[in-house]
Amino acid sequence: MPRSAADRYDLLTIILHWLIAALIAGLLVLGFVMTRSSIDPALSFSLFQWHKSFGMLALLLAAVRLLHSWLVVRVKPTDGMGHAEHLAARSMHHVLLLLAVAVPLAGWLIASVSPLEIPTFAFNTIVIPHLPVPKSDAAEAWWTTVHAVLAYSTLALVLLHSLAALHHHYHRHDGVLARMFPRRHRSAETSIRELKP
Amino acid sequence: MTQKSVLLATLLLSAAFPAVGRSAVEVPSLSAAAGRYAITPKSNIGFAVDQVGGGGIKGRFGKFSGTFNLKAGDLAHSIVNFELQPESVSTGQDRVDAFLRSGAVFDTSHFEKITFRSERVEQTGPDSAHVSGTLTAKGHSSPESFDVKLTSFGDRSIAFNVSGKIFRSRYSMDVGTPIYSNVVQFDMMIEGQRD
Ligand code: HEM
Repeated sequence: MPRSAADRYDLLTIILHWLIAALIAGLLVLGFVMTRSSIDPALSFSLFQWHKSFGMLALLLAAVRLLHSWLVVRVKPTDGMGHAEHLAARSMHHVLLLLAVAVPLAGWLIASVSPLEIPTFAFNTIVIPHLPVPKSDAAEAWWTTVHAVLAYSTLALVLLHSLAALHHHYHRHDGVLARMFPRRHRSAETSIRELKP
Repeated sequence: MTQKSVLLATLLLSAAFPAVGRSAVEVPSLSAAAGRYAITPKSNIGFAVDQVGGGGIKGRFGKFSGTFNLKAGDLAHSIVNFELQPESVSTGQDRVDAFLRSGAVFDTSHFEKITFRSERVEQTGPDSAHVSGTLTAKGHSSPESFDVKLTSFGDRSIAFNVSGKIFRSRYSMDVGTPIYSNVVQFDMMIEGQRD
């Protein structure tokens, strides 16, 4: 595949970006709620299973997105962005791409090292095998911490990333946010802006 | 008694009473076994719940009590009463035990006991029977039945293997399905000591 830089993102990237964003947002809320000790134990159990199901889906999509992004996608820097700015944005994007894989991977490791051996039965349809790792309470505690730290760090970075995108859109009026939407939506946005004096 | 003599006795018995058939232990005559028995703590109340992908949860209840009354001329009206304390569940995993005791499953703070009262005993073979009755757990009662097989018989004691399958959903304990089977398989050794 030719790797000539485009000025917009391809449809696959756009779809994966927003799907994964929605999944991560939902999983953060679900992960936080289900681990509160005040919650009913039966509800907690079932929320854990939903968390694992959507988490595995997020892992699958994030792995595809990471490979696609590294092997296929090349976009030009937006006009008007300085070198340092461009570098910061690219680093942030790489870190987020990696975290989107690392967070669910750490989650999968919690399920895999847990001596409780609770199966991951994604959407009550597919049994996802545990990773072949030794099981112990200590390993479970360790991966639980890693998963939580990575997840909440992702939340912090996602907030920064979103603020930057909104800043580009509302203050700089450049195409940074718009090019993460399909073309029709983008031209509509642009034409609305162009109508303004 | 040695294996051989048990076998011999069984053979003799089956020869004397052809309807009695083959059996692993010496089958006492009902009149010899008749009487009231108290279930001893040596009994073992084991259960297993399968999970998807293989394996599952195995556990036992440590605290239970009960009596049974074998009626000589009228086995069908023999009576079994049994109760166990779900609080005494143990699976080898403290977190699983705590979950089983919680409101999600047994809700032991509101329901201290699980009881079984027999209503009918049907003999199904020389040393086996089918016991039907009512199981009450977590405020729900439902008809259940167990297969009973005689495993040993002595002067003052008698022991059975008791097995049966219970649907958790009948007692609003079906949390975790379908990851964990709705069916709880009971495999119990019940030993009775004559009063
Ligand atoms: C992008 C994907 C994911 C995100 C954003 C995410 C987020 C979270 C969050 C925020 C928590 C709560 C941490 C805490 O407050 O203690 C959590 C807990 C948990 N997650 Fe995930 N998660 C993801 C994927 C997964 C996957 C794929 C699995 C397993 C297959 C998983 C298994 C768990 C488990 C078992 C816990 C509870 C740990 C405990 O016992 O406290 N997660 N997750």
